[in-house]
Amino acid sequence: MAIERIFKDEASEEKGERARMASFVGAMAIADLVKTTLGPKGMDKILQSTGRGREVTVTNDGATILKSLHIDNAAAKVLVDISKVQDDEVGDGTTSVVVLAGELLREAEKLVAAKIHPMTIISGYRMAAECARHALLQKVVDNKEDAETFRSDLTKIAMTTLSSKILCQDKDHFAKLAVDAVMRLKGSTNLESIQIIKKPGGSLKDSFLDDGFILDKKIGIGQPKRIENANILVANTAMDTDKVKIYGARVRVDSMSKVAEIEGAEKEKMREKVQKIISHGINCFVNRQLIYNFPEELFADAGILAIEHADFDGIERLALVTGGEIASTFDNPETVKLGHCKLIEEIMIGEDKLIRFSGVQMGEACTIVLRGASHHVLDEAERSLHDALCVLSQTVNDSRVLFGGGWPEMIMAKEVDELARKTPGKKSHAIEAFSRALLAIPTIIADNAGLDSAELVAQLRAEHHKEGCNAGIDVISGSVGDMAELGISEAFKVKQAVLLSATEAAEMILRVDEIITCAPRQRENRM
Amino acid sequence: MALAFDEFGRPFLILKEQEQKTRLRGLDAQKANISAGKAVARILRTSLGPKGMDKMLQSPDGDVTVTNDGATILEQMDVDNQIAKLMVELSRSQDYEIGDGTTGVVVMAGSLLEQAEKLLERGIHPIRVAEGYEVASRIAVEHLDRISQKFEFGPSNIEPLVQTCMTTLSSKIVNRCKRDLAEIAVKAVLAVADLERRDVHLDLIKVEGKVGGRLEDTELVYGIVVDKDMSHPQMPKRIEDAKIAILTCPFEPPKPKTKHKVDIDTVEKFQTLRVQEQKYFDDMVQKCKDAGATLVICQWGFDDEANHLLMNRNLPAVRWVGGVELELIAIATGGRIVPRFQELTPEKLGKAGMVREKSFGTTKDRMLYIEQCANSRAVTIFIRGGNKMMIEETKRSIHDALCVARNLIRNNSIVYGGGSAEISCSIAVESAADRYPGVEQYAIRGFADALDAIPMALAENSGLQPIETLSAVKSQQIKENNPFCGIDCNDVGTNDMREQNVFETLIGKQQQILLATQVVKMILKIDDVISPSDY
Repeated sequence: MAIERIFKDEASEEKGERARMASFVGAMAIADLVKTTLGPKGMDKILQSTGRGREVTVTNDGATILKSLHIDNAAAKVLVDISKVQDDEVGDGTTSVVVLAGELLREAEKLVAAKIHPMTIISGYRMAAECARHALLQKVVDNKEDAETFRSDLTKIAMTTLSSKILCQDKDHFAKLAVDAVMRLKGSTNLESIQIIKKPGGSLKDSFLDDGFILDKKIGIGQPKRIENANILVANTAMDTDKVKIYGARVRVDSMSKVAEIEGAEKEKMREKVQKIISHGINCFVNRQLIYNFPEELFADAGILAIEHADFDGIERLALVTGGEIASTFDNPETVKLGHCKLIEEIMIGEDKLIRFSGVQMGEACTIVLRGASHHVLDEAERSLHDALCVLSQTVNDSRVLFGGGWPEMIMAKEVDELARKTPGKKSHAIEAFSRALLAIPTIIADNAGLDSAELVAQLRAEHHKEGCNAGIDVISGSVGDMAELGISEAFKVKQAVLLSATEAAEMILRVDEIITCAPRQRENRM
Repeated sequence: MALAFDEFGRPFLILKEQEQKTRLRGLDAQKANISAGKAVARILRTSLGPKGMDKMLQSPDGDVTVTNDGATILEQMDVDNQIAKLMVELSRSQDYEIGDGTTGVVVMAGSLLEQAEKLLERGIHPIRVAEGYEVASRIAVEHLDRISQKFEFGPSNIEPLVQTCMTTLSSKIVNRCKRDLAEIAVKAVLAVADLERRDVHLDLIKVEGKVGGRLEDTELVYGIVVDKDMSHPQMPKRIEDAKIAILTCPFEPPKPKTKHKVDIDTVEKFQTLRVQEQKYFDDMVQKCKDAGATLVICQWGFDDEANHLLMNRNLPAVRWVGGVELELIAIATGGRIVPRFQELTPEKLGKAGMVREKSFGTTKDRMLYIEQCANSRAVTIFIRGGNKMMIEETKRSIHDALCVARNLIRNNSIVYGGGSAEISCSIAVESAADRYPGVEQYAIRGFADALDAIPMALAENSGLQPIETLSAVKSQQIKENNPFCGIDCNDVGTNDMREQNVFETLIGKQQQILLATQVVKMILKIDDVISPSDY
């Protein structure tokens, strides 16, 4: 009697070796895909969307690349997911985490071929990861106490992060921008309060950080273009026809004259509302919703600057910087906190008019204006800057710092190798493999830079045999250099997250011995 | 095909569209069913035990699940065969009833079917086999009772509970920090347990996950964690000694449910309604304030105006909190859920020592922690992990561990794991078989052989020689009369499960045997499978 099909049509099942093979191949393919973007000399990718318009994105950011891929392989999806989490959690190292996981699996494949059980490999990897983390912990530098050094640490981290991106030409400039912006946050990790405005035109060098706040809006017609010592009311209220919402009331009349009367009452109501707002003693009014012509006119009459349709983020940030509160009712002016700033003016960037609030009370928010040749450049610049900001804001909280340029990988690899020698049993093969996987990262960095990777990594290894060595790969000169002198630093938190998530993902994929794929959901055929 | 003829000799149709149906009868039907059941069991076999492997499942929408939990694997497997569906049901009912051992029960049923096939080939009637299994399962369950041990635990001595939960967790991917998780699970269960009635309401334990961080960062919060933030960005992020008003009415203009019509036809009406509306909002907020609330948690949304009024009166609020969470908050803080503003009184407010907002990572994810509640009978397990699949799998593992802890509180008998209980039962059933006259004897022996399947699978998954190991352990059990010898999966060096601290709950094991036997009996009784043929 033949075994009947258990699954539905089109559902498939892969077992044992084949399943493992499928997941290894998928994971490694993904890792190889993003491999070439690693390091300061990494290359970019062009992504073309299948949607309407065939939009093109040029990027170097691992998470962005992987997010846009359509992947069918289950194991590959695990890798995409860890890269996404890395992006959410620390912001940078999205490529490294995928590459490391891919290398771990590549090594694991060899071990499996040598008839070592996946469970043994996993326990070896776990020991190795723990050991590597300890090695890193011993080498971290914490300069939290010393504000000067800490700041220079931050700048170094920002430069290291930016050096692999499109911004690397002006990395000094942008590193300073990013550090300044993050220092303003005073330890909060809420990057929402750093606004990035992109304006095509000019060159990347023209980008600047404005310590005030820039709102991408125009000032109403006939209203003052420049206000000094402004009192600002930030509001979220309907300034169109203010409906009566209670009891689902509606207007129902039987004659034209009554309509006119009610219209008059409505207008009266609006006038009252505007009057109430004016009575707060303000000279600038920013609303999230639309302001219709009628109230706008009233505001203009009163000499008040009225800005309509500032989006949610806009008013939240504005409230943050000016220290006002977001108001929706206006009956008790004495309790509403108003925002203040020294100067509101209209400025021009390129061809666009923007409103700048400068001399604000609270400096917790700021605006970075990015300039660049094209939309693609600007988009990529924003992503790069975002990475740098994320890393910096995390570093402010966890100020432990490591050197970069393959230095941490070498340190870890050395410790893990020692552990392998001490461990009896089959596990030591797995531990050794872990250290090989770690070494792959400096190798790839060197390869991408067109250097002789085998030679360089071997030299590096020899250097690291000495105690307290700061050697790493100096991609610019193509030799082994002192990372402390070159000022290449990375945040401990990023490295730790890379290490742990990559190990976790590799472990997860290794444990799988069967893949069951359900039949894809049928799309409804719309004629 | 069955054809009947009526009195005039014309063929008589019994089944509708008979030609289009395929039909299997008699022994063929049974064999087909058995092979389907075995196929399902074979899939799960490699997931058993501490060295069991995981399965990767891709759903119709392309989502990937990586899991080791039998019930989850079967549920997502997209099974089409009817018998296979029965096995899925089997695992699910074990999940509902016990929560753990979902893989074991399917493997057990599979091996019972395998033995049944051999018996059927010898020409034993399926019903006799089923009866023999029934007798044997009774013997096994009684034997389990005999070899079980009771152990004492109390709020101060949680070690035995932790050990049992660790056994459950050791087969999952989270075994890296099983100690921590087991402790979290036990503490959570004890926090909500009613030790007098020996009952645990698992709904009071909320399991919440958030990607990022490490598995070791998983924590037990004595309170509630809600994935929400304050309704207004400028409200305070930290409230001490909060008095919480829990509302199920929106801060919005009222809309009576009955059919109504308010017509505005004069200016006066327009104005009165307007004034009324303003007053209404004011009243709502004032009522909360009057009751003494310092935090409002609401099931519905807020109108912009109400939101600002709340902010203005310095009354922090949270909106869009789900019904289940609302109930948990009410239980934890000892408050009452209030459906109308008019009914808000100071007695109905919940109390919490500390409410704070915590943000994670680089995105603006924020969560609300409500801690130091008046009544700590509701807790939250907050899981962190490297990726989404990891979190999901950890949730399932924690659920298993919670169930195990609950079962122990209900019934504190345990048996030893590592296959020792199965081997011991197998020996007992085998020796009892000789005392039964008749054909059932063979079925009972078959049952005993089937019981060996679980230790055999354990040994196989751990990379040991299955037959060699099993026979060695079996002879050791008989020689030393020690029912606690099992398979040494972790290569510790001893076969004695007492030393390895590998426990399982008695009711879990008994349920496994009973459920597996029942399903197998059901499958054996089927002798005719009618299904629409493919076209």
